[in-house]
Amino acid sequence: MIIINNRDKLEWQKDMTVKDLLDKMGYKFSLITVTVNGILVPKEDYEDRPIPDNANVGVFHLAHGG
Amino acid sequence: MKDIDKIFERNVPGTREILSKKTVAIAGCGGLGSNAAVALARAGIGKIVIVDPDVVELSNLNRQYYFLDDVGKKKTDALTSHLLNINPGLNVESHFIELTKENICQLFKEADLLIEAFDKAESKAWLIEAWCTHFPDKPIICGSGLSGYGNTTTLTVQRSGNIVMCGDFETDMSMGLTSSRVAIVANMQANEAIEILVNAGVKECI
Repeated sequence: MIIINNRDKLEWQKDMTVKDLLDKMGYKFSLITVTVNGILVPKEDYEDRPIPDNANVGVFHLAHGG
Repeated sequence: MKDIDKIFERNVPGTREILSKKTVAIAGCGGLGSNAAVALARAGIGKIVIVDPDVVELSNLNRQYYFLDDVGKKKTDALTSHLLNINPGLNVESHFIELTKENICQLFKEADLLIEAFDKAESKAWLIEAWCTHFPDKPIICGSGLSGYGNTTTLTVQRSGNIVMCGDFETDMSMGLTSSRVAIVANMQANEAIEILVNAGVKECI
Protein backbone atom coordinates (compact mmCIF):
# COMPACT_ATOMS: atom_id res chain seq x y z
CA MET A 1 0.00 0.00 0.00
CA ILE A 2 1.24 3.48 -0.90
CA ILE A 3 0.28 6.56 1.13
CA ILE A 4 -0.02 9.86 -0.76
CA ASN A 5 0.11 13.21 1.04
CA ASN A 6 -0.63 11.47 4.33
CA ARG A 7 -4.20 11.10 3.12
CA ASP A 8 -4.84 9.02 0.00
CA LYS A 9 -4.06 5.31 -0.35
CA LEU A 10 -3.15 3.38 -3.48
CA GLU A 11 -2.60 -0.36 -3.87
CA TRP A 12 1.07 -1.00 -4.70
CA GLN A 13 1.88 -2.88 -7.92
CA LYS A 14 5.16 -4.36 -9.07
CA ASP A 15 7.22 -2.05 -11.31
CA MET A 16 4.96 0.90 -10.56
CA THR A 17 6.66 4.19 -11.47
CA VAL A 18 6.03 7.76 -10.35
CA LYS A 19 4.30 8.43 -13.69
CA ASP A 20 2.02 5.41 -13.17
CA LEU A 21 1.03 6.76 -9.76
CA LEU A 22 0.34 10.26 -11.08
CA ASP A 23 -1.80 8.80 -13.89
CA LYS A 24 -3.74 6.50 -11.55
CA MET A 25 -4.40 9.30 -9.07
CA GLY A 26 -5.48 11.66 -11.84
CA TYR A 27 -2.95 14.37 -11.09
CA LYS A 28 -3.11 16.68 -14.07
CA PHE A 29 -1.25 19.64 -12.71
CA SER A 30 1.59 20.49 -15.04
CA LEU A 31 3.63 21.95 -12.22
CA ILE A 32 4.10 19.61 -9.30
CA THR A 33 6.81 18.54 -6.91
CA VAL A 34 6.98 14.84 -6.10
CA THR A 35 8.78 13.15 -3.22
CA VAL A 36 9.12 9.44 -2.48
CA ASN A 37 9.98 8.64 1.13
CA GLY A 38 11.11 12.21 1.63
CA ILE A 39 13.42 12.36 -1.41
CA LEU A 40 12.62 14.67 -4.33
CA VAL A 41 12.06 12.95 -7.68
CA PRO A 42 13.28 15.11 -10.60
CA LYS A 43 10.70 15.51 -13.36
CA GLU A 44 12.80 13.68 -15.94
CA ASP A 45 12.79 10.61 -13.68
CA TYR A 46 8.98 10.26 -13.35
CA GLU A 47 8.75 7.58 -16.05
CA ASP A 48 11.60 5.46 -14.73
CA ARG A 49 11.59 5.90 -10.95
CA PRO A 50 10.01 2.85 -9.30
CA ILE A 51 7.96 3.30 -6.15
CA PRO A 52 8.64 0.76 -3.39
CA ASP A 53 5.79 -0.85 -1.50
CA ASN A 54 4.74 1.01 1.65
CA ALA A 55 6.18 4.23 0.26
CA ASN A 56 5.12 7.61 1.53
CA VAL A 57 4.64 9.82 -1.52
CA GLY A 58 4.21 13.58 -1.56
CA VAL A 59 2.60 15.28 -4.56
CA PHE A 60 2.50 19.04 -4.19
CA HIS A 61 0.93 21.39 -6.71
CA LEU A 62 3.00 24.50 -7.35
CA ALA A 63 0.67 27.48 -7.76
CA HIS A 64 1.70 30.86 -9.14
CA GLY A 65 2.06 33.64 -6.57
CA GLY A 66 4.68 34.91 -4.23
CA MET B 1 22.11 43.65 28.70
CA LYS B 2 22.97 45.93 25.82
CA ASP B 3 20.17 48.23 24.66
CA ILE B 4 19.99 46.42 21.32
CA ASP B 5 19.33 43.11 23.07
CA LYS B 6 16.11 44.56 24.49
CA ILE B 7 14.64 44.11 21.00
CA PHE B 8 14.43 40.41 21.75
CA GLU B 9 13.60 40.38 25.47
CA ARG B 10 10.01 39.20 24.76
CA ASN B 11 11.13 36.43 22.37
CA VAL B 12 10.80 32.81 23.48
CA PRO B 13 13.63 32.19 25.98
CA GLY B 14 16.56 30.35 24.43
CA THR B 15 15.56 30.85 20.80
CA ARG B 16 17.49 34.06 20.11
CA GLU B 17 20.76 32.44 21.22
CA ILE B 18 20.32 29.67 18.66
CA LEU B 19 18.91 31.78 15.83
CA SER B 20 21.62 34.43 16.11
CA LYS B 21 24.12 31.82 14.90
CA LYS B 22 22.01 30.81 11.87
CA THR B 23 21.86 31.95 8.25
CA VAL B 24 18.68 31.89 6.17
CA ALA B 25 18.69 32.37 2.39
CA ILE B 26 15.63 33.92 0.76
CA ALA B 27 15.06 33.55 -2.99
CA GLY B 28 12.95 36.53 -4.03
CA CYS B 29 12.04 39.72 -2.16
CA GLY B 30 8.37 40.03 -3.13
CA GLY B 31 5.30 39.29 -1.03
CA LEU B 32 6.65 36.09 0.47
CA GLY B 33 10.33 37.01 0.73
CA SER B 34 10.02 40.51 2.16
CA ASN B 35 7.47 39.54 4.81
CA ALA B 36 9.33 36.36 5.78
CA ALA B 37 12.60 38.31 6.09
CA VAL B 38 11.01 40.82 8.45
CA ALA B 39 9.62 38.02 10.64
CA LEU B 40 13.04 36.36 10.80
CA ALA B 41 14.75 39.65 11.67
CA ARG B 42 12.33 40.15 14.58
CA ALA B 43 12.96 36.56 15.71
CA GLY B 44 16.65 37.35 16.03
CA ILE B 45 18.16 35.45 13.11
CA GLY B 46 21.88 36.14 12.70
CA LYS B 47 22.24 36.45 8.92
CA ILE B 48 19.89 36.73 5.96
CA VAL B 49 20.98 36.32 2.33
CA ILE B 50 18.50 37.94 -0.08
CA VAL B 51 18.47 37.72 -3.88
CA ASP B 52 16.15 39.63 -6.23
CA PRO B 53 16.64 41.39 -9.62
CA ASP B 54 13.66 43.78 -9.38
CA VAL B 55 12.98 47.33 -8.22
CA VAL B 56 10.04 48.33 -6.04
CA GLU B 57 6.91 49.31 -8.01
CA LEU B 58 3.70 50.93 -6.81
CA SER B 59 1.80 47.70 -7.52
CA ASN B 60 3.99 45.91 -4.95
CA LEU B 61 2.77 48.01 -2.03
CA ASN B 62 -0.51 46.09 -1.64
CA ARG B 63 1.32 43.12 -0.12
CA GLN B 64 5.09 43.51 -0.02
CA TYR B 65 7.05 45.02 2.88
CA TYR B 66 7.85 48.30 1.15
CA PHE B 67 6.70 51.89 1.41
CA LEU B 68 5.98 54.78 -0.96
CA ASP B 69 9.48 56.20 -0.71
CA ASP B 70 10.91 52.78 -1.68
CA VAL B 71 9.36 52.96 -5.17
CA GLY B 72 12.13 52.88 -7.78
CA LYS B 73 14.72 51.46 -5.38
CA LYS B 74 16.22 48.00 -5.72
CA LYS B 75 14.14 45.63 -3.60
CA THR B 76 17.32 44.23 -2.09
CA ASP B 77 18.42 47.71 -0.98
CA ALA B 78 15.01 48.74 0.37
CA LEU B 79 14.55 45.47 2.25
CA THR B 80 18.08 45.61 3.67
CA SER B 81 17.29 49.09 5.02
CA HIS B 82 14.06 47.92 6.67
CA LEU B 83 15.69 44.84 8.18
CA LEU B 84 18.55 46.87 9.67
CA ASN B 85 16.00 49.36 10.96
CA ILE B 86 14.52 46.50 13.00
CA ASN B 87 17.85 45.01 14.13
CA PRO B 88 21.05 46.95 13.34
CA GLY B 89 23.04 43.91 14.45
CA LEU B 90 21.58 41.72 11.70
CA ASN B 91 23.99 40.63 8.98
CA VAL B 92 22.26 41.13 5.62
CA GLU B 93 23.93 39.93 2.43
CA SER B 94 22.02 41.23 -0.59
CA HIS B 95 22.39 40.36 -4.28
CA PHE B 96 20.64 42.47 -6.92
CA ILE B 97 20.75 39.73 -9.53
CA GLU B 98 18.58 36.95 -10.91
CA LEU B 99 19.03 33.66 -9.13
CA THR B 100 19.93 30.88 -11.59
CA LYS B 101 20.83 27.21 -11.56
CA GLU B 102 24.40 28.36 -12.17
CA ASN B 103 24.81 30.81 -9.28
CA ILE B 104 22.64 29.22 -6.59
CA CYS B 105 25.51 27.16 -5.16
CA GLN B 106 27.82 30.12 -4.74
CA LEU B 107 25.17 32.50 -3.37
CA PHE B 108 23.58 30.15 -0.86
CA LYS B 109 26.43 27.87 0.20
CA GLU B 110 26.54 29.31 3.74
CA ALA B 111 22.80 29.12 4.36
CA ASP B 112 21.33 26.69 6.88
CA LEU B 113 18.07 26.62 4.93
CA LEU B 114 16.28 28.31 2.03
CA ILE B 115 12.96 30.10 1.88
CA GLU B 116 11.56 29.87 -1.66
CA ALA B 117 9.77 33.12 -2.40
CA PHE B 118 9.39 33.22 -6.18
CA ASP B 119 6.08 34.12 -7.82
CA LYS B 120 6.10 31.91 -10.93
CA ALA B 121 5.38 28.21 -10.43
CA GLU B 122 7.96 27.28 -13.08
CA SER B 123 10.60 29.10 -11.06
CA LYS B 124 9.53 27.36 -7.86
CA ALA B 125 9.89 24.00 -9.65
CA TRP B 126 13.47 24.50 -10.85
CA LEU B 127 14.53 26.07 -7.57
CA ILE B 128 13.28 23.10 -5.53
CA GLU B 129 15.09 20.67 -7.86
CA ALA B 130 18.30 22.72 -7.85
CA TRP B 131 18.33 23.13 -4.07
CA CYS B 132 17.65 19.44 -3.42
CA THR B 133 20.40 18.50 -5.89
CA HIS B 134 23.06 20.81 -4.46
CA PHE B 135 22.04 20.81 -0.79
CA PRO B 136 20.13 17.56 -0.15
CA ASP B 137 20.70 17.76 3.60
CA LYS B 138 19.41 21.32 4.01
CA PRO B 139 15.71 22.20 4.27
CA ILE B 140 13.82 24.27 1.69
CA ILE B 141 10.59 25.97 2.71
CA CYS B 142 8.26 26.78 -0.19
CA GLY B 143 5.08 28.78 -0.66
CA SER B 144 2.36 27.49 -2.99
CA GLY B 145 -1.18 28.87 -3.12
CA LEU B 146 -1.66 32.20 -1.33
CA SER B 147 -3.99 34.12 -3.63
CA GLY B 148 -7.52 35.42 -3.13
CA TYR B 149 -8.82 36.44 0.29
CA GLY B 150 -10.21 34.69 3.36
CA ASN B 151 -10.24 30.87 3.36
CA THR B 152 -7.74 30.88 6.19
CA THR B 153 -8.39 27.27 7.13
CA THR B 154 -7.27 26.01 3.72
CA LEU B 155 -3.71 27.20 4.40
CA THR B 156 -1.61 24.29 5.64
CA VAL B 157 1.93 23.00 6.00
CA GLN B 158 3.04 19.76 4.34
CA ARG B 159 6.45 18.28 5.05
CA SER B 160 8.34 15.59 3.19
CA GLY B 161 11.98 14.96 3.99
CA ASN B 162 13.74 18.31 3.85
CA ILE B 163 10.98 19.90 1.75
CA VAL B 164 8.37 21.99 3.55
CA MET B 165 5.40 23.39 1.62
CA CYS B 166 3.15 26.18 2.93
CA GLY B 167 -0.09 27.38 1.36
CA ASP B 168 -3.34 26.03 -0.07
CA PHE B 169 -1.67 24.47 -3.17
CA GLU B 170 -4.50 25.67 -5.42
CA THR B 171 -5.17 29.39 -5.61
CA ASP B 172 -3.44 31.17 -8.50
CA MET B 173 -2.25 34.78 -8.53
CA SER B 174 -4.47 35.46 -11.55
CA MET B 175 -7.38 35.72 -9.07
CA GLY B 176 -5.64 38.60 -7.28
CA LEU B 177 -3.52 38.86 -4.16
CA THR B 178 -4.51 40.12 -0.70
CA SER B 179 -1.92 41.41 1.76
CA SER B 180 -3.25 39.39 4.70
CA ARG B 181 -3.23 36.04 2.92
CA VAL B 182 0.22 36.55 1.37
CA ALA B 183 1.61 37.60 4.74
CA ILE B 184 0.08 34.57 6.46
CA VAL B 185 1.92 32.20 4.12
CA ALA B 186 5.15 34.23 4.36
CA ASN B 187 4.92 34.04 8.13
CA MET B 188 4.12 30.33 7.98
CA GLN B 189 7.38 29.92 6.07
CA ALA B 190 9.28 32.01 8.62
CA ASN B 191 7.65 30.11 11.45
CA GLU B 192 8.69 26.78 9.94
CA ALA B 193 12.24 28.12 9.48
CA ILE B 194 12.44 29.19 13.12
CA GLU B 195 11.15 25.83 14.33
CA ILE B 196 13.56 23.87 12.11
CA LEU B 197 16.55 25.97 13.18
CA VAL B 198 15.72 25.90 16.88
CA ASN B 199 14.90 22.18 16.90
CA ALA B 200 17.73 21.29 14.46
CA GLY B 201 15.58 19.49 11.90
CA VAL B 202 12.28 19.16 10.03
CA LYS B 203 9.45 17.44 11.85
CA GLU B 204 8.67 13.99 10.54
CA CYS B 205 5.56 14.14 8.40
CA ILE B 206 5.54 12.36 5.03
